[in-house]
Amino acid sequence: MSGEVAVLGAGMHPWGKWGHGFVEYGVAAARAALADAGVDWRDVDSVVGADTVRGGYPGHVAGATFAKALGWQGARVTSVYAACASGAQAVGTARAQILSGLADLVLVVGADAAPKGFFRPAGGDRPDDPDWLRFRVLGATNPTYFGLYARRRMAVHGDTLEDFAQVKVKNAASGALNPNARYRKRVTAEEVAASAVVADPLRLLDICATSDGGAALVLSSMEFARRHGTADPVRIRAVSTVTPRYPTTVLDLPDIATDSAVAVEPAADTFRASIARAAYEEAGIGPGDLSLAEVYDLSTALELQWYEDLGLCGEGEAAKLLREGATALGGRTPVNVSGGLASFGEAVPAQAIAQVCELTWQLRGHAGDRQVSGARVGITANQGLFGHGSSVVAVR
Amino acid sequence: MVAGWFAGDGDRFHLLGTRCSACATVFFPREDTFCRNPGCAGGDLAEVPLSRRGRVWSYTDSRYRPPSPYVTDPELSWEPYALIAVELEAERIVVLGQTVPGVTTVDLAVGMEVEIVPGVLNEDEETTWTTWHWRPTGVTA
Ligand SMILES: [Zn+2]
Repeated sequence: MSGEVAVLGAGMHPWGKWGHGFVEYGVAAARAALADAGVDWRDVDSVVGADTVRGGYPGHVAGATFAKALGWQGARVTSVYAACASGAQAVGTARAQILSGLADLVLVVGADAAPKGFFRPAGGDRPDDPDWLRFRVLGATNPTYFGLYARRRMAVHGDTLEDFAQVKVKNAASGALNPNARYRKRVTAEEVAASAVVADPLRLLDICATSDGGAALVLSSMEFARRHGTADPVRIRAVSTVTPRYPTTVLDLPDIATDSAVAVEPAADTFRASIARAAYEEAGIGPGDLSLAEVYDLSTALELQWYEDLGLCGEGEAAKLLREGATALGGRTPVNVSGGLASFGEAVPAQAIAQVCELTWQLRGHAGDRQVSGARVGITANQGLFGHGSSVVAVR
Repeated sequence: MVAGWFAGDGDRFHLLGTRCSACATVFFPREDTFCRNPGCAGGDLAEVPLSRRGRVWSYTDSRYRPPSPYVTDPELSWEPYALIAVELEAERIVVLGQTVPGVTTVDLAVGMEVEIVPGVLNEDEETTWTTWHWRPTGVTA
């Protein structure tokens, strides 16, 4: 049995603050992906939805919501919630169904209508919820964690505010070329420096916004793809959804403290690095094989961290890699040529799916002005709150 | 709002964690139900005081008012406060906390020694909610 599944179709609803419900974005993305695949919705065997959670009620938004909106047709249905990794778990679920023979043709959908301002926990007094606790006891928003990582990099590796700003400059330049991106303007380092500090040392333009948006994929078995007349499709070769290893010693959302390393020595790899390693091992590739990477740039500083966690360079060398232009369009391993979250903003259940959409278009050679020439292998990297890993390897 | 996270007054104020009797792992916030070490079959979890001093792992601040459930008075203008992640050597754990009022990020550096002191999270007419604050050692303000 082949370990690969075919990406027959990819689709998005453009990201922004559109003021509509999430179902509208999801259905638009799904219809775009079905049209791209050239398949009829009624022929889809299985729908996997990545959930949106509002008010602590995940059942509201699920695979079934999209299936109903597209028109009930009797397909198998699954809904997954894994915070920012929801999309990767949806892709992983679809892939498992295809590889096990439970389904031949699967639609994966994620969409969200994001709230204004900071993400925050659901209401009520819930001291058993670490996400509620960090807000209640410390007022620690997501950007404060990004600020901690950024300041740590400056102290340990000598990264500078100018390095962080250059990540934004790079991603905005790519996002300007992407019709699905929310922000389509180039940004200068001076504009980053002039924006307000949100969480020292990070400024407004170092931190990704929240957005509305939707993304969808149509996946199939390789056999279905052949019958369908798609001889050489983009293929998904690995999906990493690993958890951390105890003890985690890097303070991470939403925790107030790390695990203690007093009884067990920490693993050599951090959680983020282990997400990528699992994907590489499953795909049988290494960082040197990559044509491009789509990583989770919640902040500019965090994108640099991913360079090291993906093995694009050694520890502490990310800023150097950036300065050399290796991660820009035209460089050795372009990162976030879609524009990244810097240009899209967060639409939580959609973003890991959107990363795979970008890989698909790049590997087909259909990415227009932001095309990475000769792209053959791409990786996505992402991380969900509460210990959800997320990485997908796609090849052509 | 969370019982048993800290105790003591003045120079004896400290955070409270728990320690597994089987593997010696320390937990903060306190874990009273099960040991989370995957290699441990589980032991009794006994309350232990955490080190009062540690070193700054990293720090940041909050220039915009955090949303609910953080409690602030919207009538008052927002005063940013700093947050420090502090590495406790004996416990090999990093614990996040607010700084004492008046200490800002310009006063901090990674690796600097800090100590724990009691502080006020917020108060209304009936109640004062206490919390822990980190303060650079040698600062007495
Ligand atoms: Zn134990």
